[in-house]
Amino acid sequence: MKQDTPTPASSATQLIGVVSYQGDFQRHIAMLSGLGVATREVRSSEDLVGVHGVVLPGGESTTIGMLMERFGVAEALKKRAGEGMPVFGTCAGVILLAEEILNSTQPRLGLLPVSVERNAYGRQTESFEAQLNSPIFGSAALEGVFIRAPRIRKWSSEVDVLAHFEQDPILIRYGSILGATFHPELTQDTRIHRYFLDMVKIAHESQRG
Amino acid sequence: MEDTSWSERQKSTWRTKVGLAEMLKGGVIMDVINAEQAVIAAEAGAQAVMALERVPADIRAQGGVARMSDPKLIQEIQDAVSIPVMAKCRIGHFVEAQILEALNVDFIDESEVLTPADDRYHVEKQSFKVPFVCGCRDLGEALRRIGEGAAMIRTKGEAGTGDVVEAVRHLRELGGGIRRLQGLRREELMTAAKELGAPYELVLEVAATGKLPVPNFSAGGVATPADAALMMQLGAEAVFVGSGIFKSDNPARRARAVVDAVAHYKDPAKLAEISYDIGEPMVGISTAGLVGEDRLAVRGW
Repeated sequence: MKQDTPTPASSATQLIGVVSYQGDFQRHIAMLSGLGVATREVRSSEDLVGVHGVVLPGGESTTIGMLMERFGVAEALKKRAGEGMPVFGTCAGVILLAEEILNSTQPRLGLLPVSVERNAYGRQTESFEAQLNSPIFGSAALEGVFIRAPRIRKWSSEVDVLAHFEQDPILIRYGSILGATFHPELTQDTRIHRYFLDMVKIAHESQRG
Repeated sequence: MEDTSWSERQKSTWRTKVGLAEMLKGGVIMDVINAEQAVIAAEAGAQAVMALERVPADIRAQGGVARMSDPKLIQEIQDAVSIPVMAKCRIGHFVEAQILEALNVDFIDESEVLTPADDRYHVEKQSFKVPFVCGCRDLGEALRRIGEGAAMIRTKGEAGTGDVVEAVRHLRELGGGIRRLQGLRREELMTAAKELGAPYELVLEVAATGKLPVPNFSAGGVATPADAALMMQLGAEAVFVGSGIFKSDNPARRARAVVDAVAHYKDPAKLAEISYDIGEPMVGISTAGLVGEDRLAVRGW
């Protein structure tokens, strides 16, 4: 495969927080560490101080959302994201970022103007892999690993759709928020994480002015 | 979208099976016997539930043959919660496993807590679409189950006792087994595989990586938030809690406390707060007094 070049010079100064209550947060940490980026496990609001971007991992969105509220991370994260700090969510992370979650009143951040349906492909026997093409990531296909994945059913016209699977957007960006309904962290392909780190770098530089 | 294209879906790949196990890391899977308990578990923050007819403490107390749950019960639980639903089949009972797959459970636990249906062979798990979790007491047993296709391992402990000592013993034994392999020279690994009764390829992999090729959770005897955090600090990647929740005097409170303890397992100040005034734990049975058939962990070949 075609990756594994560490991200540009600024990576040494980047610190990425990974919400680490539940789910595959270690896989994100391993991928980011492999890219030469410093990471911090986020379990309380203080853990967000000084981070330049935050990753919401895959896992159970109800569990992660509940714990983020119980321990003050949800509020602090919404505030930082409101100030322009980039946030990247995969699978459960997208659910937590969504404004609307069909048939659910579960805790959420509401940072993405989309409506999502949980487990929308079905239970585990419907989990799947597929090759995904996205022009912005070049000619080599992305490996899409979808585990009890959500579907984005509606989205604002301001949301950029970076990749599709069948009719559904599966990789989207809204300003400084990036969301994938699948799990790039379960593969060896670092392109989407590097794309996020570029977002973090640009946000960081523009804030330093 | 003419620039965009995609391939067909490939379902039930090894990566989707282990992938779900990855998603279940860092949390608590709770035994429940009906939809009402499942809702309590989900509201407390359980990341999955295990549907079964009787919790291990009751299986122990009542005796008799313990089998797969009634599909009605499993479906009621599936309808009641949105989190993954697991269910148990007896060791070697591949037809119970087929039924659980037809019910679309998210994970099948081929479990020593139920009465074994086969005293020599486990279910051949590769050919199922649903991923399996199996118990182990040591590295050899873990690698035999992975060789058969298990996508998640849990150390067994001694279910239904509320005594964490066996869970600790099995997790330490597993970790010790892995460290021993790492210290061996390559030509010594075949003999190690023979002695472990484990597939050679998996022995090579563990010796090289220093970890199991699938996530490793802990089960059997966890009754308190401190027990759950102990297993996490010893290296478990998530915790199964069986009788410990619904045999305590305040299940909702205890369920939440155990979830919080796993989330903050490295933070003693938080653990003190979490453990504060949460009611009586399950009564428990010391495993030291258990002999022969009363030890469920010895089931598994």
